[in-house]
Amino acid sequence: MARVRPERQALRAHAALVYLFLYGPIAVLVVLSFNESGLPTAWTGFSTRWYSALAGAADIHRAVLNTLIVAVSATAVATVLGTLLALGLERLKPRAWIDGLMFVPMIVPDIVLAIALLSFYTLLEMTLGLHSIVFSHIVFNIAFVAVVVRARLRNFDKSIVEASIDLGASEVGTFWRITLPVIAPGVIAGALIAFTLSIDEFVIAFFTAGAGPSSTTFPMLIYSMIRFGVTPEINAIATIVLFVSFTLILISQRINRPVANP
Amino acid sequence: MSAVIEMRGVSKRFGAAIALDEVSLTIRENEFYALLGPSGCGKTTLLRILAGFETPDTGDVSLDGKDLLAIRPNRRPVNMMFQSYALFPHLNVFNNVAYGLRMDRVRGSELQQRTRDALAMVQLDGLESRRPNQLSGGQRQRVALARALVKYPRVLLLDEPLGSLDKKLRGQMQIELKRLQHAVGITFIVVTHDQEEALEMADSIALMRDGKIEQEGTPEELYERPASHFVADFIGDMNFFAGTRSAEGISLASGKTLRGHGDADAGSQAWLAIRPEKLALSRQRPATTDDNAMEGHVVDISYSGQHLSIRLQIPEADALILAKVDTADPNIAGVERGQTLWCCWPPSASRILPRESQSEV
Repeated sequence: MARVRPERQALRAHAALVYLFLYGPIAVLVVLSFNESGLPTAWTGFSTRWYSALAGAADIHRAVLNTLIVAVSATAVATVLGTLLALGLERLKPRAWIDGLMFVPMIVPDIVLAIALLSFYTLLEMTLGLHSIVFSHIVFNIAFVAVVVRARLRNFDKSIVEASIDLGASEVGTFWRITLPVIAPGVIAGALIAFTLSIDEFVIAFFTAGAGPSSTTFPMLIYSMIRFGVTPEINAIATIVLFVSFTLILISQRINRPVANP
Repeated sequence: MSAVIEMRGVSKRFGAAIALDEVSLTIRENEFYALLGPSGCGKTTLLRILAGFETPDTGDVSLDGKDLLAIRPNRRPVNMMFQSYALFPHLNVFNNVAYGLRMDRVRGSELQQRTRDALAMVQLDGLESRRPNQLSGGQRQRVALARALVKYPRVLLLDEPLGSLDKKLRGQMQIELKRLQHAVGITFIVVTHDQEEALEMADSIALMRDGKIEQEGTPEELYERPASHFVADFIGDMNFFAGTRSAEGISLASGKTLRGHGDADAGSQAWLAIRPEKLALSRQRPATTDDNAMEGHVVDISYSGQHLSIRLQIPEADALILAKVDTADPNIAGVERGQTLWCCWPPSASRILPRESQSEV
């Protein structure tokens, strides 16, 4: 057997510790959500009762519905606008700093963006509600979609657009038949990322929501529940959210895998 | 043969750079026409103007007597084969080739038949359902060709069509392209930087330089009667002797006169140009006094099957020249480096060209 050098063994141990640090707490959460007793201290047996308990909670249903409304509409609008932004930037090749402005909503701290949006809405004398959360989510999601689509456009051979026009297609026809299908994996990946970001976004939603349960999103509800301590239901909810986010990110990475250029 | 494409005074600038400078040319029906030149000479811009992807700043372009510039690129009876092939990566071979027909609203069995005919023409039958990334370079090139030919355009534009193929495949495709051009009877305009490719394939060549056409003619005209040092140097191998134009030919700095014919004015700086394969080599001074003859030392010999390429240093002309002789030539049997050989050629085989600037070397 080949001897493993000590440096390599140390590196492996280090990697194992990092992974434990990253995923340990999450694993604990998932395990506890199936704990019969609901106590974080003692394992009394496997049970799905906390998941069943969720089924009857009307306020949770309402919040989940609100979150889905926000996530779906913000994702839809941001995907269209973000894709168009990416196409436009790619075609116009603006100066670097204008190009860089695209990233601002991604790197500005959420709390700053949240305050800024709230001030802006107040200035416009806009009534706050679910719609103002949607607008806010569109703002940062556009940036994420645009970045992902642009990465896809980087190895996009522009001569296929000319080839399509040369063969008799109009500009609009070329967009639907050639450009969009070729960049589709990037667009879908961008949409999935936007959706994932939107369903668990808390800070911005919290600042720009209206009063009352009609604009309380799912993360906001969890926050209000947790003020009275971590309940086993919250573990169950968190596990579901984790599973959904994880799946979406996995799918988006699958779809947007780089293919060999023909 | 009637003219298909007429260009008159076409100019195009990109910022400060002049891509085309008052270019005029005529391309005839059924012709295999090559736009040849080094990179940046404007040949690709010319092609893109014909396709409609660039608009000239000034000048007129007509196709069959009609103003081509007034027609939108997607309505021109002109198709292009792109240098990168530009195959649609998400469509299979059949749908790539059928794309242009679908745009013309060809449907059903006619679409099937014409697409299959085009694929058969480039010997790609059976690969209809492959994606471009499942094809070899040569196969992709054929798909691109079939896609551009399927609509039977009046003119087919080919941008460096053989550029990314290896040498052997390139030779095959040259023959193939000529055969296809004869078979379909479409005017081909090919852009290339490879002079051998242009000589072997084209009926007419326009050699371009700095946005202008330096010389236009048949391959034979360009090879045998180059109009300038640039043409003589770009097409094939050429030896140049610098001198002053005299009544008989040119006088070298050493006082020696080389005889020949050409266009340079008397007393002006001029070149005498002679192709390597037109030189005859011998160990003894040639008997005839009609030919130009000079003595040189063998600097290098390289063997390439049919030919020996011999480099000679000629003190009298202060020049290093290249001679290509038959391997079996008895006059030079057993020649070695360092030996002395005479090279000679009839004055009619050489050409005298004006020397435009001191920078021409």
